[in-house]
Amino acid sequence: MGKNVMRMTKWKPTGLALAAVAATAAVAFAVPSAMAQRDPAYAAARAAGQVGEQPDGYLGFATAPTPAIRALVQDLNIKRKAAYTASAQSTGSTVEQFAFTSGCNLIAQTKPGEKYQTPSGAWKTRDGSPPERDARCP
Amino acid sequence: MIMGATALAGCVQIDTPDKPIEINLNINIRQEVVYRLDGDAKKLIEQNSEIF
Repeated sequence: MGKNVMRMTKWKPTGLALAAVAATAAVAFAVPSAMAQRDPAYAAARAAGQVGEQPDGYLGFATAPTPAIRALVQDLNIKRKAAYTASAQSTGSTVEQFAFTSGCNLIAQTKPGEKYQTPSGAWKTRDGSPPERDARCP
Repeated sequence: MIMGATALAGCVQIDTPDKPIEINLNINIRQEVVYRLDGDAKKLIEQNSEIF
């Protein structure tokens, strides 16, 4: 025990240590771009069609979710609502109006294979054709 | 108590409405509003891609 401590105190920065510091700095710089990406679990749930876009601008479950997916979607929907609320205030609209307009866009942006909800409430899988959206969508 | 309720009941008039009752939850979202907000919605989605 005491021997180890002694060895540690005598330890001096080496080339390897400097490389480690550089690597840590690189990771720190990489974090902001990683933040802008979808959480891998969310991306997987979307691709698998478990989670889809609703006309109201929020995520929903196309199939019964696991507790983990439910928690993930609830977290994202809370963040979406906060974002919609801020935008609604700056545009002089209601949260529902802004969320709905976003929903129009989010359904339009779904990729083939992903799920979305039609105005009638049915879940559909996006294919090559335009998605079925509310008549008020631009 | 019963007497009072009976007396009150005698005063209540219930008429059928002239027009059908319409409940439209989306009445506050008009197409012109959606068109006006579309650019800002696109911007929000683009700038917060991690939650969309």
